[in-house]
Amino acid sequence: MQTNLLEYLDATVLRVPDKLAFSDGETSLTFSELDSISRSIGSRLASDGIYGKPVVVFMDKSPRAVASFFGVLRGGCYYVPLDSEMPSHRIELILKSLGAGAAICDASGAETLRTFGFDAPVYSFDDIRDSEIVGDALASIRDRAIDTDAAYIVFTSGSTGIPKGVCACHRSVIDYIEHLSEVLEVSEDTVFGNQTPLYFDACLKELYPTLKFGATTYLIPKTLFMMPIPLVEFLNKYKINTVCWVVSALTLISSLGALDKVVPAHLHTVAFGSEVFPIKQFNRWREALPDAQFINLYGPTEATGMSCFYKVDRDFVEGEAIPIGRPFPNTGIILLDDEGKPANEGELLIRGTPVTLGYYNDPERTAEAFVQNPLNPHYPELVYKTGDIIKYNDRGELVFVSRKDHQIKHMGHRIELGEIELIANTCEGVSSACCIFDSEKKKLVLYYVGTVPSGDVVAFIREKLPRYMAPNKVIALDTMPLTANGKIDRKLIMQNYLGGK
Amino acid sequence: MEFSELLEILSDLHPEVDFETAEKLFDNKILDSFDVVTIITEVGSEFDIQIPADQIVPENFNSAKALYDLICRIEDDE
Repeated sequence: MQTNLLEYLDATVLRVPDKLAFSDGETSLTFSELDSISRSIGSRLASDGIYGKPVVVFMDKSPRAVASFFGVLRGGCYYVPLDSEMPSHRIELILKSLGAGAAICDASGAETLRTFGFDAPVYSFDDIRDSEIVGDALASIRDRAIDTDAAYIVFTSGSTGIPKGVCACHRSVIDYIEHLSEVLEVSEDTVFGNQTPLYFDACLKELYPTLKFGATTYLIPKTLFMMPIPLVEFLNKYKINTVCWVVSALTLISSLGALDKVVPAHLHTVAFGSEVFPIKQFNRWREALPDAQFINLYGPTEATGMSCFYKVDRDFVEGEAIPIGRPFPNTGIILLDDEGKPANEGELLIRGTPVTLGYYNDPERTAEAFVQNPLNPHYPELVYKTGDIIKYNDRGELVFVSRKDHQIKHMGHRIELGEIELIANTCEGVSSACCIFDSEKKKLVLYYVGTVPSGDVVAFIREKLPRYMAPNKVIALDTMPLTANGKIDRKLIMQNYLGGK
Repeated sequence: MEFSELLEILSDLHPEVDFETAEKLFDNKILDSFDVVTIITEVGSEFDIQIPADQIVPENFNSAKALYDLICRIEDDE
């Protein structure tokens, strides 16, 4: 039985050593290069005594960053991808909560990390990639490894203003990859076009099936997701046949009319998720690619990637919602109503192997979301409370209904509105702030009361939060509407906004 | 369409940027993909023109002026 993620690479490098594994169009790595770099990095960590610790990978999206992930695993550590485009305030918060054992950086990253007071060893990728491979040390690390050891930590928005580090183990990821690969029908001929950043669990969908099958992944440069035609041309140039994208990346192509000019000719599998797919746009895609398989994926980071899938098997008309289908095999689900009773519609709880280890160094918030299965008083069994309201439709398929709280999805990113408000409130001159989401126009709208111009508020927020969390419209108010209880009246603000006031 | 109307759409998205002088909006990553989609949608609905997909390239989005020139070219063609 497989117990370590790198067993995928171990087997594939023997079978297809010279095949292209990862490329961004400019730089590329074959499986043999990938394997060798990962062994060098693992050996160096081992000889420097770094083991069983989080290791930060602070690099641009590139094949080198991916190789670093696997190198960290070779060393018996777990990787923590951070992006150089994250605001420094956020990186600082994450580094502080992490207590990392080391970091691997691009040439420019080392200095940046030092300015944050990072005091563990920092390796430059160009240096560590050629370290001497110590086979005995790597074998010994593997001998001691178990499948509940952590594999990675990724950070997600937290309403208290501090990002939450979701920590997942090898076994959860292996379970996910096995079932996902069946649904996507991945093979050695699969050519993935990766869209999602490497610092989220979303990229598991490409990274590990590529290792398992000896497939190929192109990491698509971020700037192409602003230009629909060059983006499709990239897909065609590299004969990309499988994509797992957020909906907004797909609608960028369809809504701007690119499909009328150029069609992604090789694409046969289109998986999407993280957001509602507007049916008009969805149908444009299906018309352009009548023979492609479309798959809706759903799942929270806390349950390792995706938890449910629906293979589109019928037509949808505007106003209908595409279901999230059913759980992956070996994923347990429970729907609980307000009274905590199993129901046809209610909060989704996820149980089983996909449930992650919890939030890193954060027992309090872990205990709030990872709880004893309320239906099982007999033995310890942790389940994850998603906060998502899900129901069964008439066909027995699962359908996403809404959120229990103020978490929203924007451009595929999961965002706590409370985190934006919290940061806005720390801006000097702002006395009160309320952030709402216009789900139709996909805009984050911030209302505030204060003495500073809106440009200053936006500039302040952009320094503190990732850019996808920056409000798309900022409106100053004389007073903040309050409810009878003295809380900010979100409903009224939303009504006024929609009424054009 | 007036240049000032375009500036208003842009400033709404990025009140912290001075669009009369800013250049390399695209190259310097001031605009992201969300902004590009929003600008195209709002310019389209406010001024009843459609920016063709093949015109969505960095040269046309690097400054408010370049974008305005593009809109004028499209209006002239119609």
